[in-house]
Amino acid sequence: MESTKVLDAKGLACPMPIVRTKKAIEELNTGDILEVHATDKGSKSDITAWTKSSGHELLENTEEDDVLKFWIKKS
Amino acid sequence: MTQPITSKELASKIVNDEKTLILDVRNTDEFDNWKIEGGNVEVINEPYFNLLDSVDPVMGKLDKNSEIIVVCAKGGSSDMIADMMEEAGFRNARNLEGGMKAWSEHLEPVKLGDLKGGGELYQFVRIGKGCLSYFIESNDEAAVVDASRMIDVYESFAKERGVQIKYTFDTHLHADHISGGRMLAEKAGGTYYLPEKDASDVTFDYAALEEGNDITVGNTAIRVQPLYSPGHTIGSTSLIIDDQYLLTGDILFVRSIGRPDLAGKAEDWVDDLRNTLYNRYKELSDDLIVLPAHYSFAEELGKDGSVSARLADLYQQNAGLQVENEKDFRKMVTENLPPQPNAYEDIRKTNMGKITPAVEDQKEMETGPNRCAVEG
Repeated sequence: MESTKVLDAKGLACPMPIVRTKKAIEELNTGDILEVHATDKGSKSDITAWTKSSGHELLENTEEDDVLKFWIKKS
Repeated sequence: MTQPITSKELASKIVNDEKTLILDVRNTDEFDNWKIEGGNVEVINEPYFNLLDSVDPVMGKLDKNSEIIVVCAKGGSSDMIADMMEEAGFRNARNLEGGMKAWSEHLEPVKLGDLKGGGELYQFVRIGKGCLSYFIESNDEAAVVDASRMIDVYESFAKERGVQIKYTFDTHLHADHISGGRMLAEKAGGTYYLPEKDASDVTFDYAALEEGNDITVGNTAIRVQPLYSPGHTIGSTSLIIDDQYLLTGDILFVRSIGRPDLAGKAEDWVDDLRNTLYNRYKELSDDLIVLPAHYSFAEELGKDGSVSARLADLYQQNAGLQVENEKDFRKMVTENLPPQPNAYEDIRKTNMGKITPAVEDQKEMETGPNRCAVEG
């Protein structure tokens, strides 16, 4: 999937993946897509819950070799 | 910097029935699934990601002068939020060190009583997960029943008291937590007992826990009488200790009864469960003190933090023992059951020795409440 920006949050523990994701989203424009890579297992449920709570759209998420990837569309 | 709180301190507060105010900052699904509970515990949930800009969303809900314990999954987010709360004027926001993961591992020993033959019985309350294990000591010897994975706790307890762990028992093959029984026996040079009917797939050596083969702890002092009581699993075996205590495993709890479905055989085991609860246990002395392997409700914790009840009282009060009609009973224990414990299939495989996950993965597998009862 095409993304506007890629955020590497691998190796970061909670809460940092969400803190960085939130900051990166704030710097984008509405409709832009942020791609996030993380290794903290908790980020899957947290990013899902955060997108719901903040109104951004989680378009897709995958897991390959312990790396979680998320594509988030800014609302 | 805020002053953190350990799981041990928090457990003491809850056991002592002190007023405890908790802000849980995990996401709401995780909170709804599993949270810190206690008779005098008040807990509110606001996910940390809603508090990143400011802690305003919880401002009106919490008193700035009270001690507030901030909790998350592993202690990282709650640490950040506790600091932000302090900056916002909260006087005593404290991070729970290690979060729910550490909380799930804490064991609180509570003395249940002296044994007639000379010796003592302790209950180890795993308050975060509702698991109960037992430590029987007499004449420099000890036995541990339904030991948790944190075997160092029993090892240091034995060392402090100058006793040698000779036996470990599992009342059944557990599905909600990883047993420490085998490892603890191996390290202490003792014998690990498991009911043979639950051990058909295990990959290691064990001694068969069998009715009729009594075991003594401490020379001839304390008699441990196994009693075959199937239903939660086909091998489930209860233990009568010193003619005073009935360790029921996951067959009978204080407020509920065991579920028969965790090995995928609910229909097969319903009759066994009924027979154990409505016949076998009824033949035992009314005055036996029931000591289960789990609890599900904060109200089951007694004033001293232990979980126990007289057998005759449970025949009066426990809802699972009041069902006259067999069909109603079958319905109760096979329909509308709570969700299964987290990772229960892998936990069973681990307890059989079929898989050996890394310690971090074992911790992850044990996340959440025990869910071994038909209610709760």
